[in-house]
Order: sequence, then C-alpha cells, then structure tokens
Amino acid sequence: MRAFSYERARDPQAAVAAMARTPDAKFIAGGTNLLDLMKLEIERPGRLIDVNGLGFDKIEATADGGLRIGALVRNTDLAADERVRRDYGVLSRALVAGASGQLRNKATTAGNLLQRTRCPYFYDPGQPCNKRQPGSGCGALQGFSRQLAVIGGSEACIATHPSDMAVAMRVLDASVETLNPEGKARRIPIAEFHRLPGDKPQIDTTLGRGELITAVTLPRPIGGVQVYRKVRDRASYAFALVSVAAVVQRDGSGRVAFGGVAHKPWRVEAAEPAMASGAKAVVDRAFAGAKPRHDNAFKLLLAERTLAAAMAEARA
Amino acid sequence: MKFDQPATTNPIDQLKVVGKPTDRIEGPLKVSGAAPYAYERRDVAPSPAYGCVIGATIGKGKIQSMDLGPARRAPGVITIVTAQNAGPVGKGAFNTAKLIGGPDIDHYHQAIAVVVAETFEQARAAAQLVRVNYVRTAGEFDLSKAKDGAKAPKQLTGGPPDSALGDFDGAFAAAAVKVDSTYTTPDHAHAMMEPHATIAAWKGDELTLWTSNQMIDWGRGEIAKILGMPKTKVRLISPFIGGGFGGKLFIRADAVLAALGARAAGRPVKIALQRPLMINNTTHRPATIQRVRLGATRDGKITAIGHESWSGDLPGGKPDGAVHQTRMLYAADNRMTATRLAVLDLPEANAMRAPGEATGHMALEVAIDELAEGLGMDPVELRIRNDTQVVPDAAGAPPKPFSQRQLVECLRTGAERFGWARRNPQPGQARDGRWLVGMGVAAAYRGAPTMKSAARVRLNGRGLVIVETDMTDIGTGTYTIIAQTAAEMMGVPLASVRVSLGDSDYPVSAGSGGQWGAASSTAGVFAACMKLRQAVAEKLGFDPDKAVFADGRVSAGRKAAPLADAARDGELVGEDAIEFGDLSKRYQHATFGAHFVEVGIDPYTAEVRVRRMLAVCAAGRILNPKAARNQVIGAMTMGVGSALMEELVVDKGQGFFVNHDLASYEVPVHADIPHQEVIFLDETDPTTSPMKAKGVGELGICGVSAAVANAIYNAAGVRVREYPITLDKLLAGMPAVA
Repeated sequence: MRAFSYERARDPQAAVAAMARTPDAKFIAGGTNLLDLMKLEIERPGRLIDVNGLGFDKIEATADGGLRIGALVRNTDLAADERVRRDYGVLSRALVAGASGQLRNKATTAGNLLQRTRCPYFYDPGQPCNKRQPGSGCGALQGFSRQLAVIGGSEACIATHPSDMAVAMRVLDASVETLNPEGKARRIPIAEFHRLPGDKPQIDTTLGRGELITAVTLPRPIGGVQVYRKVRDRASYAFALVSVAAVVQRDGSGRVAFGGVAHKPWRVEAAEPAMASGAKAVVDRAFAGAKPRHDNAFKLLLAERTLAAAMAEARA
Repeated sequence: MKFDQPATTNPIDQLKVVGKPTDRIEGPLKVSGAAPYAYERRDVAPSPAYGCVIGATIGKGKIQSMDLGPARRAPGVITIVTAQNAGPVGKGAFNTAKLIGGPDIDHYHQAIAVVVAETFEQARAAAQLVRVNYVRTAGEFDLSKAKDGAKAPKQLTGGPPDSALGDFDGAFAAAAVKVDSTYTTPDHAHAMMEPHATIAAWKGDELTLWTSNQMIDWGRGEIAKILGMPKTKVRLISPFIGGGFGGKLFIRADAVLAALGARAAGRPVKIALQRPLMINNTTHRPATIQRVRLGATRDGKITAIGHESWSGDLPGGKPDGAVHQTRMLYAADNRMTATRLAVLDLPEANAMRAPGEATGHMALEVAIDELAEGLGMDPVELRIRNDTQVVPDAAGAPPKPFSQRQLVECLRTGAERFGWARRNPQPGQARDGRWLVGMGVAAAYRGAPTMKSAARVRLNGRGLVIVETDMTDIGTGTYTIIAQTAAEMMGVPLASVRVSLGDSDYPVSAGSGGQWGAASSTAGVFAACMKLRQAVAEKLGFDPDKAVFADGRVSAGRKAAPLADAARDGELVGEDAIEFGDLSKRYQHATFGAHFVEVGIDPYTAEVRVRRMLAVCAAGRILNPKAARNQVIGAMTMGVGSALMEELVVDKGQGFFVNHDLASYEVPVHADIPHQEVIFLDETDPTTSPMKAKGVGELGICGVSAAVANAIYNAAGVRVREYPITLDKLLAGMPAVA
C-alpha cells in the first residue's frame, strides 16, 4: 500500500471540487473492495476523499412513484427496506445473495456498482492483466477462465462484473445519478453505466473523471414475481458462476438480466419477448454471438437452466 | 518405558477422567483471544521489525537481475535479505525446494527476498518497489502430460513402491464382473486459518523462534541444518497453532527468513506469509491420476484388485500414497498396486491430512460402488462380503492380523442408523420436492502409527500436576487429552493439572501428524506419570506396586496420604519416554470407519447440497469423545470440500496455482454442511499403547468424498470421476427442464 493523504468531504460540491484538484484522488465510502486493492497496489490513489459524511444515506419515494436510493445506503439497509422488499423483491434478493453480512453492513450502493472484477489474474500483480496494467496482456485468455465472461469480452479482457445488486438494478431499469467536477448533475441509465472492455478494459464504467455517484433511482414498481437465482460452487460467500434476475408477469411475459457472464450485467431486451416460449428461446437470443472458452462453455447451458428454474419458481 | 507387550490393566482403565467428553482446557484462552499465537507474541518481542516476503513470479527459470535500490531507500526499511546476501543457507532434509530461491527459481512464489522494515506497512510497500528481471525456462506443469514419463519412486512410506500378489492380470481378465475406471483428484491446499508465521530473535549465537509448527523437534533440527548451526542453539516455541493439516509439519520460509532477517537487522523480526504465498510458496496435497481395476465373481467375491496412482512433484520430491488403503481394505487373492512419480515444476507437494488415503479412497471407494452396481449388489453388502481380518496384501505366511478391525460393524451400525434400507438402488429415482435425492456409502481405513514420545511430569507442594512436553496442539484437543491422562494417572481432578506444550526445551514428543499424535503423546505422559507415581510412593513410603492414586490421595491398604504431601520438601519430577517395540510388526494397527451421506441435487442447476452425514468410527479407545467428534466432523467437512469444490487450479502455461486466496480456493461454508453425526464403536486396543488408543483425526476424512460422490451418482445417475464434482460436470446429465 502506498502512503496516501485523506480528507473527509463536507458536502457534495466540496467533494467533487477536491477531486478535481487532485488528479490521483479516489472517493472512498465502505472501502470493502478499494482497501484490498490498495494493499495489493492494484489501486494506488495518492489521496482518499471520504464521502461517508455527505448524507446520501436515505431511501426516498420519488414523484413518479419510484424510489431514490442514496449512494451511501448500506447493502444491508437497502435489502431490508420495507418498500424494496415489497416492490422490488429481486433487488432485495440479489443483495442478500452477495458477500457476507459483515460486508453488506459496510458496503454502499454506489460502491457495489463500482466494485472491480474478481478475475484472479487482475488480483495477482505477478501476472499480466490489461485491466490492471494496460498493455500488459491478459493472463486469463490462455489461462484459467472458468469464472470469466462468455459474452461481450474482447481480445484484451474477459473479466466479469461481480455484483449481484447491479444485475437486479439492470432488470429494474435503474438510473445512476451523479455530480461531475463542474458541479453538474446527470442521470445515467444503468444499461449505459457499465461498459464492455473493448480495447480499454481498465475503464469499467462511463463515469467521467471525478464524477460522484449521488443516488440510484428505481422507476415505478413493475409488479410481477421477482426472482434472483444465484448459482455457485458453494452455498454461500462466493461470486456467481451465473445469476439470473427475473421479473415474470402473470401472462408469462417478463424481463431477465444475467450476472457472472459478462463485463457488465447482461440484459438483451430483444430476447425478452421469447419468455413465453421458455428459457432456451430467451438464452439463445440473449447469448447470440457468445464466445465461451473451454473452461466456461458450461455457463450457456447453466444460464438456460437457471432461467428455467427462475421461471418455474415464478410460476409456482 | 518400553512398550513391547500388549497392555494389561493399568490406571487408565479406571476411566474416571479419560474417556469423558471434557471441554477443552485451553478453550477459554482461545475464545477470549488470550491464547498467544506466533504472530501475537508481544510479550516476548516487544518492538520487532516486520518482514515482508517476496515471491518469484515465474514458474521456473532464473533471476537475471534484481533492483533493490528504491526499496532500500523507502521509508522505514532496515534491510533486505536475498539469497545473494544472506550468507550460506542450506536446504532442510524435509524440504524439496530451497526456502530462499535465487538465482535459480524452482517454482512460482518461491521466496526470493524478505524486506525488513519498522512497520508492516512499510515492509509491504517497499517490497512492491523491488524490481526483478527473470529469464524463464520451460517447465512441466501438467500432470496428465508428465504422467507417461513418471517413474517408480525409490519407496512408498518406507516400503517398496509397488506390490503384487497372485496373478492379477489373469484373474482380472477372467473375472465375470469388472470395473476399470480412472479417477483424477486435483491439488489441494491446507487452507488453515492461521498463516505460517514466526517471530525470530537472536541472543548472541542462540536463536529463538516463536512459530506455528506441528513438529517441534523436526523443526529445530531443520533450522539448525538450514542455517548451519548446532541444534542446541535453536529453540522453537509453538504452544498454539491455528490449524496445520500437514502444512506445518515442516519449517517454511517464514521461519528461515525471520531468522535471517533478524540476524541482518540486529533485532527481532516477525513474518506472516501472505495468503497467496501460503498457496504457492508452501506445500500442498498433490493431484493424482488413479486407475482402479476390480474383478469379481457373480456372487460378489472380489478376485482381482489393482490400483495404480500417478502424482507429481519437484525433482527429488515424493509421491502421493493413494494406493495405501487398497493394500488393506478388501480380501482378494490376486492384487497389484503401483505408484509412479512425475517431475512437475509446480510448488512443492507434500503431506496433507491423511496423505495417500484421503485421495486413494476417492478412487477405490467409488470403484467399489461401481462394482456393486455391476453386480446388482448392495454396496454395503459387497464391502462386508470382502472383509478380511488379516492384511490381504502381505505375501508369505503366516498372514499378519489386524489388532482390531471392526469395519463390518461400522458398516452395519451405520446402515442401520442412517436408514440405508430406504435407499433406492436405482439411480435418479428418488425425489424430495424438486430435489433429486441419493445416498452413498464408503468404507474408511487409516493406519494407526505410533512414535516415540517423551514427557516430564512435575508434582508441586500444592498438589498441582504439571506436564511438559514439546507435543503440539494443532486444534485437535491435545492439551485436554494430556491433562485427562495425567489426572487419571495421578488420581487428581482435571483442575489440578497444568499442561505446557510446544517448546523445544521440553522433552521430545511424537508431535502432531499422521494421526499418531494422540495415542503416542498420551502414552509418553503415561510413562512419565508411572515414574512420578514411583517417586511419590517412595517418598511417602508406599509400595509403588500397591499404591492407589485417587481423589488427590495416595493409599495402600489402610495407609493413606494426600498426594501433595509427597512434594512438601520440594517438587517431584517424573520424566520418561514411551518407546514402541515390535507390536506393530506383529499386528497391523489401523483404524476403520464407514461414512454415509445423503445429498440433494437441484435438477435445474445441478447444485449439490449435502443433506445428512454419518460417520461410524472404530479407532481404539476414544480418549475424549467431544474432542474426537470435533476432529471427525472437521474431517467430514474437509471431505465435502474435496468432493464438491476444493481444487488448486493449475495455470499450465504460467505454472502456478491461480486461485491463491480464500475467496477463490473455496472450502465449505456453514451453509454447505448439514447436521453431522458421529458414532464411535466401543474398542480398546491393548497392542497399540498403554492408553489402548489410536488416532482418529485423519480417519475422519478417509472415504467422505467417495461417499458424497456415490450419493451424487445415486441421486442423479451421473458418475463423475474427476474431482471436484462441480455442477458443470453434472449439468449435461440432469433431467430435461421446461
């Protein structure tokens, strides 16, 4: 870990201003991922700007009947919120499927969106990784890729995004609200928030430099049976091999997003009309053009069967 | 004390204290954070410097250059030790690769330097400034490729590597029902909670290491050999150990580099290996490829049994002994085993809990299940049908008997208690809601070795009995069973016994490994107590042969005196070692068990959930049923890990274990483990030791993974022979879903 300076931001404007002044600064909230990465010097901020005091810790109703979730709302509190449990069950279920109770107590909504990949090559400074060190190559392409992406990857990177929460937010059409260093607010649809690796896998999101997440908003509840099904090698405390966030309506129509398969939560809206025809039809469309590797080819069949399980659960 | 005749009645048979499910005497220390683990010895080394170990980042090759300049100039750095500046550093007899590498690199994360600084953070930050240029050379990292060049090792645990009896080829060819299956098991990490950690301090030419080590006397000798100093100048102290599983049998880089760093820094140095280094720097259980061939008559008599095993290690290393149990478990007139060792350039392979048997059962006991299916016979009955009371593999007459062998009783008791009769022999038929449900069984065998073990027992004027031995407690309950032994022998309550372990200043014990620790170390305490009883009796004027030690008193006939009176003029000391004669040559000492497992499989995703587990163990006198149960359920949990998830993944291009942290090397979590039941059969074995006990901590893992695998087959009808049985290997065989 490199030596760094630390300040507590007083208000949002001050936070983004401080960030604008310091090129190698980073925001810190829960720190559940950033601190690990700093110890390994995968992240090397010269300054940490602590945003925990900014007051983004409320969950409020929006004018259009949705919810506005403060960026600092802890995963535990979000999962337990009565409105979330009632109207956005898939989000609550996704949250409790992730990490451990201790981590969820600390991890924030914004931090969860911004957590970095768990690709083992990213975590080993002795190995090449274009995401960690652009231009160094990708160890996973010739190495162990069982956990990694089957679709949307590139020759530079086949990392996956590890979040469960983000997969549920994707299926709910959430938006990310931000404040940029010039003090301007904007709203990014979650579909556009995480990016595919392309030739710049070091960049995970479409956030601008120094841009601060202030909230995530959810549109009006869409009803339906909401299921989050996470499949992994052990029963708890592991990242998804494949996860499915599904909202199934009484008439069999619905929405679905997949986790553990791509550099971002994977949702193909054009595949969703096929839900009435069953899981295979949806997965065939959603994963058209998939490029699985030997180690992770099973994820396509697993995605299909996990979706089938979710749909069966919704019917039951 | 020489133990060369079967034990007769002795004070342990009173079972007033021994055999009771006593709580751990050191438990309060552990749960209150007061038990001093190696890295936390602030009491002995108040202002140590901190070492951060740098591991090589190539699988094989050479260091071309190393730039230490920026690291040396970094804040707080005191010194950096490398192979170049360390002075002569030897190789331990138990180490296959050197513990400090350079310029030659033998494996990934072989230690190449330790940065010593004022704080841990400074040492770690400076370590990241060290730039190393390597020249890679091609290495072999793929067992399946190296297999064909594998050679017979010089020996397999003291004997010839291969065994043969009768005419295996002929009998196998002629057999009415056959199995010929190949199984693979991956490399496994010990993944103990406490990392390898050491504080080293020099006083002149004397070195003290507060460390985490299972074998104090081995470690002391190894440090002396590696550093080129007399053994008498080395002291090892290791009273509490946060798990070892064989990974701490040997001296590792933390101890050597702490010693070298402390010498260079001129002050105590403490080092804990980073978690990734525990995986790629220390030892692991090697992967195996195993071929098992079984031939049987139609009525289920096994006529031919063959087991071949391949594993790999660095040059000069040792093979996995996966064929062990196959020489012991089932009768068959025609048999063979063969063990081959390939050269691999992966980190060093070595012992892990039940080395050999743990992997061997994963193959043999599934093959038996396959044979039962081929015969249309119940797998419990097939095992019983082929039981033997003599070692089946021993050529020549007369056959060597097992001192005790209750395998049949284990199987029958387990089958009854588990409700085995409810198992549907047709795989893939049983359902519970959406879950596919199945049951599996496996037999368990593990040797019961004993080793010389010494102890000193002191009696003071307050009537306290103090035991000192360099024996270790690696979480097994050693403190408690030693205290129970001394309390029984001296006729005092447990509260009057103090136990001090893990210090090389104490008499040399058997140490903890190979499930020899419990029986050997308590027998050493037994021997020392016999000496102390004699001293007490003489001091009080009793006939030592007639004196009865009970309730804090010594009595003979009408004469009686408080035990403490014997020490009123000064402490009395009894010191002795138990030395085992040739009883283990006259009798085969072994432990037996049967594991029963029920699993559920999600028909959509092929996720496997273990629903019930039962182990029935016959392992001599159980010194403390609570501690023994704790050992067995821990081993069962580890067996579930081997069956379902544990695998060190080899990057065959780069030559290292990729998943080198506890997030990616998955071991079972609480949610993976259901209620576990353990039954110990009544058994006393007078031929093993005066305690009539054996070990049980390794028996508990033998066969567990096979029972899980067999249950999976029974549930789903899919036979996976490549461990771990992860869902991707089952998925294609799952029923169609809408």
